[in-house]
Amino acid sequence: MGSGHVITSADAVQRFVAQFESFAANGGGAAPAWLRETRAAAITRFGELGFPTTRQEEWRFTSVTPLVETPFVLAPASGPMGAPASPGAATRLVFVNGRFHAERSALTSLPAGVRAGSLAAALLGEDASLVERHLAQHAGFAESAFTALNTAFIRDGAFVHVPRGVVLQEPVHLIFRSAPGGAPAVAHPRVLLLVDEGARATVVEHYVGEAATYWTNQVTEIVVGDGARVELVRLQQEGAGAYHVARLHASQGRDSELRIHPLAFGGALARHDITNVLDGPGAELLLNGLYLLGGRQHADHHTVIDHAQPDCRSHEYFNGVLDDSARGVFNGRIIVRPGAQRTDSKQTNHNLVLSEEARADSQPQLEIYADDVKCTHGATLGPLDPKELFYLQSRGIAPAEARALLLYGFGAEILGRVQHAGLREQLEVMLRERLATGGGVEVAWAP
Amino acid sequence: MTAVTGTPMLEITNLHASVEGKEILRGIDLVVNAGEVHAIMGPNGSGKSTLAQVLAGHPAYTVTGGSIRYEGKDLLELDPEERAREGVFLAFQYPVAIRGITNAYFLRSALNAVRKHRGLPELDPLEFLDLLAEKLRSIESDDSLMNRPVNDGFSGGEKKRNEILQMAVLEPKLAILDETDSGLDIDALRTVAGAVDKLRRPDNATVVVTHYQRILNYITPDFVHVLSAGRIVLSGGKELALELEARGYDWVHAEAAV
Repeated sequence: MGSGHVITSADAVQRFVAQFESFAANGGGAAPAWLRETRAAAITRFGELGFPTTRQEEWRFTSVTPLVETPFVLAPASGPMGAPASPGAATRLVFVNGRFHAERSALTSLPAGVRAGSLAAALLGEDASLVERHLAQHAGFAESAFTALNTAFIRDGAFVHVPRGVVLQEPVHLIFRSAPGGAPAVAHPRVLLLVDEGARATVVEHYVGEAATYWTNQVTEIVVGDGARVELVRLQQEGAGAYHVARLHASQGRDSELRIHPLAFGGALARHDITNVLDGPGAELLLNGLYLLGGRQHADHHTVIDHAQPDCRSHEYFNGVLDDSARGVFNGRIIVRPGAQRTDSKQTNHNLVLSEEARADSQPQLEIYADDVKCTHGATLGPLDPKELFYLQSRGIAPAEARALLLYGFGAEILGRVQHAGLREQLEVMLRERLATGGGVEVAWAP
Repeated sequence: MTAVTGTPMLEITNLHASVEGKEILRGIDLVVNAGEVHAIMGPNGSGKSTLAQVLAGHPAYTVTGGSIRYEGKDLLELDPEERAREGVFLAFQYPVAIRGITNAYFLRSALNAVRKHRGLPELDPLEFLDLLAEKLRSIESDDSLMNRPVNDGFSGGEKKRNEILQMAVLEPKLAILDETDSGLDIDALRTVAGAVDKLRRPDNATVVVTHYQRILNYITPDFVHVLSAGRIVLSGGKELALELEARGYDWVHAEAAV
């Protein structure tokens, strides 16, 4: 940008390669040899792939031009932050610009054997070999420039391990706060969540930030063991000038249950790639998302549900509210592999389009290679239903209030599937306030 | 019949209404007083449901002539929510599902809108639950529908039962039941119609719009009117409904044509 000089994609790639060289020369923090090798392979791959363009099918509706044209620097270890807005959740890991922030974190009431802490520490501590077995082993970077870029800059993030049979009653909150100072900065936080056989965990990933221009390029890997049960709320509430690119990869063992709630409320431009592999017979997945966009916000969800084994169930629900000139993109790909018999898969994407300038694109993609399967999908797009509005009015409710009630219901339909009652109630309050104010609302668990 | 003095509750004069440019109501005249039950009967397409929707203020219908006075006020000047707050209630033929909003939350929102208008304090969730329990008892219903999203996935009978529960909570002065009997089996009909009958009071009025006579076995009408091609062509007492049940509607047209 700036005086007449156009930054090309090749320039931007070169800038990140140079940034990587400086990062690697400084050791990128203390890192084991295997990680240094992985990072080097990742930056090489990033150089080969370059930034995606809208000529690529996967990126047809989402231009990453601002990411190319903004000269992002690697986010500093910390930045200016206001006083904590709330006491915060009992069990929380706070990350500032992707780096663990011990003073704002609290780890009370963790059952014996459970690990929840900084990935940087886990890489060097007694969990080092467990981390090595999993980190960057699930979310491959061969086909994704952004995952490659994140992997090249792996330094810190969250590591959570719930060992076999252990039940984690209370949610673990992972709070990623951006505190950029000066130049636009990019952070590459990483999450590794391992829930072993028969264990249970509830985790919240929460992204918040200031109004400045910054970029979060995030990757999460989740491994759900046989018979394990995991619920993940992923709340994206980035600042108004933020770019958010996220990849979530989860694999599930036999008879496991995974519930993922991706909630996208913030950011100027957000892209969420979510891949779930049902990798053991009898596994069950709920992928239950909500996006609420206004102004000129753009959010893109690309999901892949891979039925690799028989007798698995996946239910995918995404609701989107698009106001002003916001744009929502949903692409839901469902693969049923040969042999994945008796697959039961259901997908819906409902969009409320509240203004003439707002736009929603919805694309289901079913690839079915087994014959004994049940797969349904459906998508709707349109304004609030006048029949519903009249019904509420006929009960004495004024039109403005009726509209607010219908919007709330549309979002609450998604939030109602959050199993953890305490989280669900907090999210419902947040949704109500968000609809009332139209702006970002802080939740009590994030200090 | 109730002896009436003063202003009628509802006074419809030479009402004409159309939908999408097509005239459906062609001069309705009807007077309803407090304490009365009126049945509006007629074949399909006669304008029964249109009359019900026009009374509630459905925006798809255009009133092209005539007047409706409700408690002396011009009803047509009021928005649908204002009519509801003033005590007009339409039990829908096809109640609408509202996803994500529990029945309890919806009912409390509606009740508080009405209470606010009447200068009464709004009820908090606990006060509302007390009132709800009392209303459920009064219509011999249970609370099984309360924590489900409004009409979402309800059976036909549950939807109609839910309409009557709303009526019990909102305590309208003028209740209009639009084919509340349609789609109900005999047990569900007895439950729903029985509940309506329990809500009858000397100071409220009920207009029952129906194709069939059977709901009138449970809600005895004071007057029965037959609608045909957008006009009331015949009025009588409750025995008229039985005659219609026995003879059908064709003879009414024949007589009306004379």
